[in-house]
Amino acid sequence: MKEFKHIINDPMGIHARPAGMLVKAVAGYASKITITAPTGTADAKRLMALMRLAAKQGMELTVTVDGADEEKAAAELQAFLQANL
Amino acid sequence: MKKGVGLPVFPGVAIGPAVVYSKAQRTLPVPSGDPVVEKAKFDAALEVARGQLTELFEKAKAEIGEEQAAIVEVQLLMLEDLDYLDGVNMAIEGGAAAAIAALDTGEEFAQVFAAMDDAYMNARSADIRDMSHRLYDILCGNTGFSLPDGSFLLVAEDLAPSETIQLPRDRIMAFITRQGSASSHTAILARTLNIPSLVQSNITFEDVENCEVLAVDGFTGTWYADPDEETLAMLKQKQSQAAAEKNALEAYRGKESITPSGKKILLVANIGSPEDAIAAISADAEGVGLMRSEFLYLGRNNLPTEDELFEAYKQVAQIMGHRPVVIRTLDIGADKQVSYMDLEKEENPALGLRGLRICLTREEIFRPQLRAIYRASAYGNLHVMFPMVASVWELKAAKALCAKVRAELEEEGVPTREVPIGVMVETPAAAVLANELAKEAAFFSVGTNDLTQYTLAVDRQNAKLGEFYDPYHPALMALLAYIAKAANDNGIWAGICGELGADPKVQEQLVKMGFTELSMAAGRILETRKRICNMEE
Repeated sequence: MKEFKHIINDPMGIHARPAGMLVKAVAGYASKITITAPTGTADAKRLMALMRLAAKQGMELTVTVDGADEEKAAAELQAFLQANL
Repeated sequence: MKKGVGLPVFPGVAIGPAVVYSKAQRTLPVPSGDPVVEKAKFDAALEVARGQLTELFEKAKAEIGEEQAAIVEVQLLMLEDLDYLDGVNMAIEGGAAAAIAALDTGEEFAQVFAAMDDAYMNARSADIRDMSHRLYDILCGNTGFSLPDGSFLLVAEDLAPSETIQLPRDRIMAFITRQGSASSHTAILARTLNIPSLVQSNITFEDVENCEVLAVDGFTGTWYADPDEETLAMLKQKQSQAAAEKNALEAYRGKESITPSGKKILLVANIGSPEDAIAAISADAEGVGLMRSEFLYLGRNNLPTEDELFEAYKQVAQIMGHRPVVIRTLDIGADKQVSYMDLEKEENPALGLRGLRICLTREEIFRPQLRAIYRASAYGNLHVMFPMVASVWELKAAKALCAKVRAELEEEGVPTREVPIGVMVETPAAAVLANELAKEAAFFSVGTNDLTQYTLAVDRQNAKLGEFYDPYHPALMALLAYIAKAANDNGIWAGICGELGADPKVQEQLVKMGFTELSMAAGRILETRKRICNMEE
């Protein structure tokens, strides 16, 4: 299992659009990807669950990736979060 | 060119393309009873919806802009959401028809988002509803009525309150209805939005469908289908003159409303939603004299939650800041019906179970609203008033419930403020009992529309009774004078929140009677202030 942290930089937080991009970005991985914010925990492949976190700018996210392709998934997801959130 | 008439409800001129509003026709398909079949139907509908939204997305991106396109894109993504799809599948396996499964699951998610403590996410519930309604419509084989892009004049037989709230307000240039009256909901909305509109018009739907340009003259109550050049020039001239007059009123912005003899009048707005509160501020309203609280209850399938109500009231309280806001508690019944409250059909709904009467008999409806108002009271200057009071005991009962609700909240550690409790005087009984009610109430606000209807026994929805619906009737004037005197004698204030408050013919008389607050459509505030500052009084 891989785990890393990310602090949200986007002034709007995880709003609908980046949440949608995130879901698309992780859809291809076999690993189970979980995002934990101070407001709750969500499966990164589920859009409405991610939106329900209502995670805001400055909040710290803990991302765990667990599965056969966790190495690659975690690296690419970290890059995605830095670029988009 | 073809022309005709209608009863004007707001002055102004609008020229543009016209659309006939028709109710969407949906027939629920007979459920097959076989989950495999329903599942296949749902998957097919999903494919159609995906195609429609992709097309819409491309169109929005090319023609309207990134921001609108992003909204469509979010719906496309929601369509693929695993939680939503799981929910629909579970409902189908439980025996639901695909159409119902799609709709109900969407509604469940929409409610979760509506109850979140986050304004942005609250607004997303509309996206979820939009998405699930699309699937529902596809599954019901709805060919669908959809509004065109851009701005237009809307022509309809009549519009129900639940229909008007679903319309895109910023794109409607005018309403023309074949039915309705000067105090119908379409007319009220037209005045709120400041758009020239006609009711009881003789326009036919063929007139609309055959014309390219429709024009409305809200000064004279005339409509023109494909106006000729001369008419068009005349209308444009009127339009620019009206704009110039509006600019002249700007001199009164930010001023107090005081008569030359020194009487201070509070000019406040009638609103229906947090959206309207923003419009009230930009129209320079000194507060809100009537917040109709029905908007959260109409156009949906279930009761709004306490949290949803709280969020809306809190928003209005915050938008208005220190300015007073009078929230009228729920006034469902009569011409405003909702299916989910299971109210029995009545022979005579105007005299039936409505207003405070429902609230006192159905505490499960009233209590969440009162709790929401008290919770929101900490964020601004809220007042509450009860509609359809006819007896002193009704007011006492409602006040007792208010006190109980506030005490409960205090015990739960929720901050509240004192909320002055008033009576919306709209039954002749309340007017005659004004002296007694004034000892229990913190203020009066007269709903002149209903008070006229009940005093004169004239149905305000019935267009044929027009000449008998006399808002200046001496009986009504006598009641108004009595109400104002009773208020002043007992040291409370009295205001007017019906149509009469904005009526230039009687404003001076109302001020003389002793009314100190006039509540009206936001667009009338500045012209009324001008009149008050120049009254002979």
